Amino acid sequence: MPKIKLENLSKRYGNFEVLHGVDLEMADAEFTVLVGPSGCGKSTTLRMIAGLETVSGGEIYIDDRPVSQLEPKDRDLAMVFQDYALYPHMNVAKNMSFALRLEKRPKDEINKKINEVAEILGLTDFLHRKPAELSGGQRQRVAMGRALTRDSSTFLFDEPLSNLDAKLRTQMRAELALMRQRVHKNMIYVTHDQIEAMTLADRIVVMDAGRIQQQGTPEELFKKPVNKFVAGFLGSPPMNFLKASVVQAGDKLYLEGEGFRLLCDALTQSRIASLSGSSVDIGIRPSDLLFDPSASSDNAIDINVVVSEYVGAQSVLIGDCSGQKVMVELKSDTPIALGEKLRFRVESSELHLFDTSSELAIS
Amino acid sequence: MRATNFNRLTPYLFLAPALVIMVLALLYPLGYMVYGSFRDWDPSQSLGESEFTGLANYVTLWNDANFRESVGVTLKFAVSVVSVEMLLGVGLALLLDRNLRGMSILRTLFILPMMIAPVVVGLVWRYMYHPTVGVFNRTLKSVGLESVDWLGQHALLSVIIADIWQWTPFIFILSLAALQSLPRSALEAARIDGATGWQQIIYIKLPLMMPVLIVTGLLRLIDAFKVLEVILVMTEGGPGLSTEILALRISRTATEFRELGVAAAMSNYLLILLMLLTLFMLAYNRWQEYRAAKAQRIMEGGV
Repeated sequence: MPKIKLENLSKRYGNFEVLHGVDLEMADAEFTVLVGPSGCGKSTTLRMIAGLETVSGGEIYIDDRPVSQLEPKDRDLAMVFQDYALYPHMNVAKNMSFALRLEKRPKDEINKKINEVAEILGLTDFLHRKPAELSGGQRQRVAMGRALTRDSSTFLFDEPLSNLDAKLRTQMRAELALMRQRVHKNMIYVTHDQIEAMTLADRIVVMDAGRIQQQGTPEELFKKPVNKFVAGFLGSPPMNFLKASVVQAGDKLYLEGEGFRLLCDALTQSRIASLSGSSVDIGIRPSDLLFDPSASSDNAIDINVVVSEYVGAQSVLIGDCSGQKVMVELKSDTPIALGEKLRFRVESSELHLFDTSSELAIS
Repeated sequence: MRATNFNRLTPYLFLAPALVIMVLALLYPLGYMVYGSFRDWDPSQSLGESEFTGLANYVTLWNDANFRESVGVTLKFAVSVVSVEMLLGVGLALLLDRNLRGMSILRTLFILPMMIAPVVVGLVWRYMYHPTVGVFNRTLKSVGLESVDWLGQHALLSVIIADIWQWTPFIFILSLAALQSLPRSALEAARIDGATGWQQIIYIKLPLMMPVLIVTGLLRLIDAFKVLEVILVMTEGGPGLSTEILALRISRTATEFRELGVAAAMSNYLLILLMLLTLFMLAYNRWQEYRAAKAQRIMEGGV
């Protein structure tokens, strides 16, 4: 499979720059997910790779060959669109075979290919239906099938699941993961849904405001976010942020904020030794807060629980710690009562620390 | 019981005035015309005084070579203007469906001819076609070519050109609107699937525009059958009967030949022709709706 590389890629609409020099290299047959909030430039990046948007600056390389001036059809890729983009006047078989028919491939070959793909996607009974006669999930499959019938080396997905309802989305996500194991190709997938990103990706690229914030494996990004944005974007429920200042008392360092005073362990101490007296943002994952009424106040925070969202085995508590909102994820059978001040233990090794002004992680 | 009856009648009561006006304004003249077409009717008589002749007017017309010629001219005119206008209008729309600088001004310019009163269009073209002082022949002369007898030898062609000039914009704006409402992502998908510009037009754009194009073409066809003013002003149907389209023949039969019954019968022939076209259009719409409904049913049936 060819290697795809973006070099200092930028996009301007008039004088307005939406993408500021993106550098990205995708390994062979890797599932890369571009994720970020609306307007972060992820779809624009994908559409530039596809050749549907012109490149304002920088270059796209496919196998070391610059392609930014090439037509989409000369880039050897297939794409699945958010609204499926099926041809309304053609039936499923015609939709899936359009590219092959344009290439004037032999009829037998086309039919064989279509039946093969229809089999994989469970579309065999629908080959003669028009898109209007299909449900959302089926249309999504046809769109996927249209991409699969082509022997392109690269697949592009532009938010393919966001038009489906929640249940179908989960199902299609699993099917995608399955397909991903069978199809050995480059895949670039755009989504705003961090769960899709976490579950599908070999490599996640988090984007915001036209820049790449961080890229790496889902685990890397979850455990070691480089800044507050990435930390807050990945993970559900999202990370809690609390304001604190670094306070020295004797030879010990404390992270002290309104309503809590956490003692730093040796490792954390070495991380923030130089910051004594200044303020930092603390990030705590909701799952890192453990209900423990007997914990010492040196490594616990007290939270006034206001709402409990029951999601089955787990519940999400929403509360506040002296005016700052905090979410906690815990087992539903934990005996807690709403409206009470409860103590949650947190290990200082689990804390994420961020510089207040630059929002970069302190390591 | 009474109250419910009254309640049920209320809507019809409110509709009644509109119904009366409709009957008076639409059906009465129509009925009058149909009634008149069965009579030997002179403008000096009232309709009641005229003599009933049954289908005589229709039979005479059916066997009248001049009438047939007129029908032929009308068909030739309508079919050729509509086909050329469709080709040009759709072609222009495909060409100009892009974001060019000054596009909105260009579009406005394109639809100007449509806004000019037909009589004025007729006059303008008559002067442009003038054998000696008209702009066409002067231009031909200035480049050393023979002048052309526009409204003489080539009268039908000349009126066809004028009509094309005036009505191509109609097709153009409707096609452009159809084009711009096409699903953008389907076209992008076609580009990725490897379709060239032409292939996109032939396999994606035109088939998707087809419902709009068919209705537009039929509307234009119905209109072309009834054209009168432009030709009246340009050629008055001449020379000979070469440009005497039906509408013109009807008006002359009524005013010059003073045969109101025959004119009415002619109008009825035209009406039947147009009615067939309209029915075809409605049937097409119904068929489309039926297909959409069927699609809907299937979708609701299975997931």
